[in-house]
Amino acid sequence: MTGETLYPRLEPLLAQVQKPIQYVGGELNAQVKPWDDVAVHWALMYPDAYEVGLPNQGLMILYEVLNERPDALAERTYAVWPDLAGLMREAGVGQFTVDSHRAVADFDLLGVSFATELGYTNLLEALDLAGVPIHAVDRDETHPVVVAGGHAAFNPEPVADFVDCAVLGDGEQAVGDITDVVKAWKEQGRPGGRVELLARLARVDGVYVPRFYAVSYGPDGAIASVARTRDDVPARVGKRTVMDLDEWPYPKTPLVPLAESVHERMSVEIFRGCTRGCRFCQAGMITRPVRERTITGIGSMVDQGLKATGYQEVGLLSLSSADHSEIGQLAKELADRYEGTNTGLSLPSTRVDAFNVTLANELSRNGRRSGLTFAPEGGSERIRRVINKTVSKEDLVRTVTTAYANGWTQVKLYFMCGLPTETDEDVLEIAELATEVIRAGREASGRKDIRCTVSIGGFVPKPHTPFQWAAQASAETIDNRLRLLRAAINSDRRIGRSIGMRYHDGKPGVIEGLLSRGDRRVGRVIERVWRDGGKFDGWSEHFSFDRWTAAATEELAAFGVDLDWFTTRERTEDEILPWDHLDSGLDKEWLWEDWQEALNEEEVSDCRWTPCYDCGVCPTNGTEIQIGPTGRSLLPLTVV
Amino acid sequence: MARQPDGPPPPPTVQKLRLRYTKRGPLRFASHRDLARALERALRRAQVPMAFSAGFSPHPKISYVGAAPTGAASEAEYLEIGVTRPCDPEAVRLALDAALPPGIDVVECVAAQEGTGGLAERIDASVWRLELPGVEPAELGSALAAFLAKDVVEVARRTKSGMRDVDARAAVAAATAGGEPGCGMMTVVVRQVTPAVRPDDVVAALAAVADLRPPSPPRAVREAQGRLDDTGTVADPLGPDRLASTHCQGERATV
Repeated sequence: MTGETLYPRLEPLLAQVQKPIQYVGGELNAQVKPWDDVAVHWALMYPDAYEVGLPNQGLMILYEVLNERPDALAERTYAVWPDLAGLMREAGVGQFTVDSHRAVADFDLLGVSFATELGYTNLLEALDLAGVPIHAVDRDETHPVVVAGGHAAFNPEPVADFVDCAVLGDGEQAVGDITDVVKAWKEQGRPGGRVELLARLARVDGVYVPRFYAVSYGPDGAIASVARTRDDVPARVGKRTVMDLDEWPYPKTPLVPLAESVHERMSVEIFRGCTRGCRFCQAGMITRPVRERTITGIGSMVDQGLKATGYQEVGLLSLSSADHSEIGQLAKELADRYEGTNTGLSLPSTRVDAFNVTLANELSRNGRRSGLTFAPEGGSERIRRVINKTVSKEDLVRTVTTAYANGWTQVKLYFMCGLPTETDEDVLEIAELATEVIRAGREASGRKDIRCTVSIGGFVPKPHTPFQWAAQASAETIDNRLRLLRAAINSDRRIGRSIGMRYHDGKPGVIEGLLSRGDRRVGRVIERVWRDGGKFDGWSEHFSFDRWTAAATEELAAFGVDLDWFTTRERTEDEILPWDHLDSGLDKEWLWEDWQEALNEEEVSDCRWTPCYDCGVCPTNGTEIQIGPTGRSLLPLTVV
Repeated sequence: MARQPDGPPPPPTVQKLRLRYTKRGPLRFASHRDLARALERALRRAQVPMAFSAGFSPHPKISYVGAAPTGAASEAEYLEIGVTRPCDPEAVRLALDAALPPGIDVVECVAAQEGTGGLAERIDASVWRLELPGVEPAELGSALAAFLAKDVVEVARRTKSGMRDVDARAAVAAATAGGEPGCGMMTVVVRQVTPAVRPDDVVAALAAVADLRPPSPPRAVREAQGRLDDTGTVADPLGPDRLASTHCQGERATV
């Protein structure tokens, strides 16, 4: 019977695996609806472990939005660890949802949210465990429609063979439109089978169906053309943008797991989009324009969410939270509201300026001040101009020193290594900065126990950014620069002992680079890696660089390209990029100009403060930035 | 100079409440840490006036007594909380039960009575019911008899520091077997000793003495906890508080 629970067969297996609680569901605010009461059934997957996937905001939002519809239900599924996957294969138990333990294969749709490309192998594993053919062309109308979403879906070409469609941009409204199409098709008796359903979906705004687009390649290995194979689908697929976030206050009742997760707090998204224009940042580019929630909208989400969850901490999320037009007032009034209630408030601090310290002080008014995070991203002023994240060294040191003087004892500084035009010297300046920060901080705070942690990630060029044409730095280059930096930090022990350095080797970044800017040919590599046992690629204990490079060498040879061709090769202006037919709203010419300006170390200003329509998003999509201030304020909550 | 929280110290505990709660259904797979997190959040949602420790990271005053292992269900888990104003135990029970996920059910709540002693001292044994699907009652009965006839039955147990041998026999105060065709059942009274002997260890011991190997993992339910008396009965650990409260009914506010 469809929609039947697999739990009785799963339960004996759970007694034999690590952390079984992650598979049983029953989270606070989870929803279970009778199967036969609705027309359309969605399984929503986060393709990583439960502890990482459960707190994902995107999935939580869609789960609520869909379950609010009387004609649909949504249940969640996550990547299953190898210990349970092995037992499931032995016992013939398929990939299941955690809510009702229904077989994923029974659902009409499987929505998969790709925050990172490293989840691709987990999708193949889940499809295979579900008994769903991994190749889209092998599925018939009894199989779920596999829908990719999330930021990585802005270049779904590497998984084009495995997904049926991809949704570009915000999902809140798109999932509703997709539900309507599937419902109508089912009610009409599934006319034209799966192909007709996909053709109808391809006409939904923001939905890309890869099978209706043919890609050909030239003798140099680059794409020669991308052409649609039916004239009733769009030549270019645009993205979805939700306007007026106050009308979409999701999640209203955030899920609270019993199991431990990576975020033991509630998150409230205070705005979407970012106009800072940091050239490395894909999120900032593809989520334009900026749309703020109002101070009162945020206030009620915090209030309702805390009541619904019992969480002790609230994070005010966005890509650059201090930029909210009412942030100062918001911080003060939230701190007033929750004073004396043991409720923590936090801001993911990214921008390096004194205002951020003021905000953090306000939010931690009577709480512990331990760590504060800043993200200068580049070690030298020169490289910070290249990436358009301009802050002078003096301002940086002054800001961090202010934090120490205000009782913060640990400051974390985020940097990237391997940025375009970067030299060893740019990276070595990180050591000078950290040294000055500690020296000035000790003086300002009068304490010896302050610490500075330098956290460094390898830069991966991403589609739909000015750096989409850039040559990615090789793993050797990154590893070598990080070695030099470590030596420089350790050269003065009196200071160096107060500086921590956290980094990963450059290898996983190379594979992320392959998957980020890959085309359909890379799908062969992903499949090969999965067949050779690859999954959980975001986990260092599971990731195998050798398995990826071997698969890339063997699978790409027939096409005359290789791993380096996709990663360390700089693209030219006229090259057709694999995602050119997918429209993030950004004008390709503007991106190219911005890339040239980056190479000339020129900055670009923020359209939040200076009107500018050059990037093309607002004119293309008919959108506008939505910011305050609204002039409203938060009233104290009535005492219950 | 390190910062100190401004203002007065947190309000003191004025009343202690003792609760019995369950771990039922799929929630048997919750670990002790999972349960503790769920309980702390539920106490906030239920707006129980919890007492907190002082300092920059105040913790609610909760003492857990024992904890059934991950995978084992329980009808009898206990904890004690401190509150800052007197509460009606039944109102707390209802509010907390409503705030907890189904399966973690608060079945009793009593106010700790002065002079009746600590909760932990009233618990030194557990009554476990074990279901063994695929094991015939007769087979189970003879294996259990072989086990009880021994003085010592050592089983290997995986611990954080590697495998170690545990005597599963000495901790077992009493055991009976029964069940129905196709599913053996036994009730075992186990003393809470160190190192702890878990239901799994008793099942492993049956394999050691009688080569009984259940085809699928046994299901264990802790039916009761308390002090084991000379007659082999496990006493209700909340009994003394309940008894004392009938003699002195204080004035109670609601939650």
